[in-house]
Amino acid sequence: MSVLDIHDMTVAYHRRPVLWDVDLVLDEPRLVGILGPNGAGKSTLIKAVLGLAPMAHGSVRVFDEPVEKVRRRIGYVPQRESVDWGFPVSVLDVVLMGTYGRLGWCRRPGHRERQLARECLAKVGMEDFERRQIGQLSGGQQQRTFLARALAQQADMYFMDEPMAGVDAATEQAIFTQLAELRSAGKTVVVVHHDLRTVEQYFDHVVLLNMRVVAAGPTEQAFTAENLRRAYGGRLSMLEAAGEAVQAQERA
Amino acid sequence: MNAQLLQSPLGDAPLEKPMVPLPARRDIRGDVVLGVVVAVLLALGVVLVARFPSPHLSWWTVALAATCSSACGLVGCYLVLRKMSLLGDAISHAVLPGIALAFFFTGEITGVPIFLGAMALGVLTTLLTQTLRDYGNVPEDTGMGVVYTALFAAGVIMVQFGARQVDLDPGCVLYGLLDFAALNTTTIWGVDVPRSMLTLGIALALTVAFIVAFWKELKITSFDAGLATAMGYRAMLVHYLLMAVVAGVTVASFEAVGSILVVAMLIVPGATAHLLTDRLGWMLAWSVVVSVLSALYGYALSRWLNVSVAGMMAVVAGAQFALAVFLAPRHGLLVKWASSVRLALRIVGEDIVARLYRGEEANAAGANVTGPLAADEAPPQSDVHHPATAWARLRRAWATSRLIDTGLARRTADGQLLLTAAGRQAGRSIVRAHRLWESYLERHFELPLDHVHEPAERMEHYLGPELQTQLAEQLAEPAEDPHGRSIPPS
Repeated sequence: MSVLDIHDMTVAYHRRPVLWDVDLVLDEPRLVGILGPNGAGKSTLIKAVLGLAPMAHGSVRVFDEPVEKVRRRIGYVPQRESVDWGFPVSVLDVVLMGTYGRLGWCRRPGHRERQLARECLAKVGMEDFERRQIGQLSGGQQQRTFLARALAQQADMYFMDEPMAGVDAATEQAIFTQLAELRSAGKTVVVVHHDLRTVEQYFDHVVLLNMRVVAAGPTEQAFTAENLRRAYGGRLSMLEAAGEAVQAQERA
Repeated sequence: MNAQLLQSPLGDAPLEKPMVPLPARRDIRGDVVLGVVVAVLLALGVVLVARFPSPHLSWWTVALAATCSSACGLVGCYLVLRKMSLLGDAISHAVLPGIALAFFFTGEITGVPIFLGAMALGVLTTLLTQTLRDYGNVPEDTGMGVVYTALFAAGVIMVQFGARQVDLDPGCVLYGLLDFAALNTTTIWGVDVPRSMLTLGIALALTVAFIVAFWKELKITSFDAGLATAMGYRAMLVHYLLMAVVAGVTVASFEAVGSILVVAMLIVPGATAHLLTDRLGWMLAWSVVVSVLSALYGYALSRWLNVSVAGMMAVVAGAQFALAVFLAPRHGLLVKWASSVRLALRIVGEDIVARLYRGEEANAAGANVTGPLAADEAPPQSDVHHPATAWARLRRAWATSRLIDTGLARRTADGQLLLTAAGRQAGRSIVRAHRLWESYLERHFELPLDHVHEPAERMEHYLGPELQTQLAEQLAEPAEDPHGRSIPPS
């Protein structure tokens, strides 16, 4: 039984591979940090697993099932910039969206879902903000709202895209507390992260990416100076040239 | 205070909005005023329309216009929120060949086949645009521009062919026949009802039913399509359903307002409503209100000026949008302008209080203060660099009288301005903030000592007691600022 099994996955935008031949297996629940320089394909990896980015090749299984079958057991926190914060909804509305996956088509959230949404808001310290329009929140509060929404999904596996980007210190601490709590409840959390200083404190498993998997494994084994140098020491020019060749010939 | 307005007019320092929850009750004064104004406008519109001769015809025309505009406005809200206003434009044009085709096969210009033809073309437009983007390497806006104009042109030619056999006026396809739609009636349960009313009524009912049934799906796919897909909702399916409804509503409105003005009905009510509220349900409600007002006043003005009803409705809708841009309770320019003026006045007032406080401080130090004033004691830099304009003098006079009114300062018999006890407390807080910030800058920035005053002069107005405490803690409770002036206690 594996929690996550990515096999030979290549992701391509406009036919051009941006993430090559990813093989990644998690055998048991982990708190996983995905690390790598800008343009390494960190978000792309998450999006491809969830079916939001086009997989050119390969397969993904979550809890030994195809992703389509276990969507209700998967939670997702997209990048904060990916939505319009001027959208006319309140904080509570956004958190309620977390319950939509379980409700299914055409059923409205009721009293139980509201109760759950409020509990999730309280967990991230946002219970006093439930009626506020989401555009009137600070960046950290917006990120907390997104985390509360993910908690309301009550998933067994979470994918989070830079949940700690641009947040204040208190919010980062609050988010990490929730991640640790999810982890100790036996859930798997995969987090795209950018701050190398906090990696060892936060994650028990890391994946170092730079257009391919440079290293993956328990933090104390994979998070080494040598692996960091390979991941951050510039791109592989051969991979870029090969990607361009694929794109040029497939689109010709 | 409105947290959005913390952008300082003086500095460009981006400020984290405060972690202060809103009071339990929202400030709804603006909404109440808005509600009253709109109620009065509605009543006035009803009175205006009722005064025209042949009220039966008037009321049916207004009812047709309001129904048509409301159906368009409701579905248009989602186009506005999805930032797809122009897709509505494209679809409303591209459905024409679908209508013409259905007409060729059935020989009728109303009925189910027309709707099915139009909906098919609506979905086809979206599909073609996306296919061109994904596989043809054509940018989305270019693809849309090509697809809808080509389909529309094909439709115009097909209508001209059709017009040779029956009396179908291409002009009415473009501008609609709202002015005469109420004349073509049929009898239902003994009441003469315009035929268009049936079509438009059904279209409105179906639109409302669609929004109610798919409320949650429309909301989540509009706000966060990525999450919706990750949860297993087919965002594209909802998208195509929405486009089919847009096409259907467009066709129903065709006879009444034509294919050009229907774009105004689709987009303007939603765009106006978005400015007036920050809740989705209220936005939909406001779009209906804007639609009904457009119908009432559009009809009244068109009768008065003897011009096309549909055209006048679009003009009235546009005017409402313009008003909303200025007067909206939370997002309007007037509100934003008013609070930036309030903030500017507060800053001027605080500068005066701080200067008086420093004067008292210098006096208390006695005669041993000699030589040039320290930077901290100098008059505000704005006075040095910008000679006082009439506006600045007015602001200062206003701020001074506010200080006296609020009991922070008083005037002596010989016209001198002095601080009261409360004013002294306020001045101490501002000067404390100023000097703490100077100390902070000295610690963390590579700035020459004579460059720390101006940034502190800007920031002192934004550092409340909480931030002052944090600053003092971080700096280990400094006793003096970099100039050697003592930092007053909080």
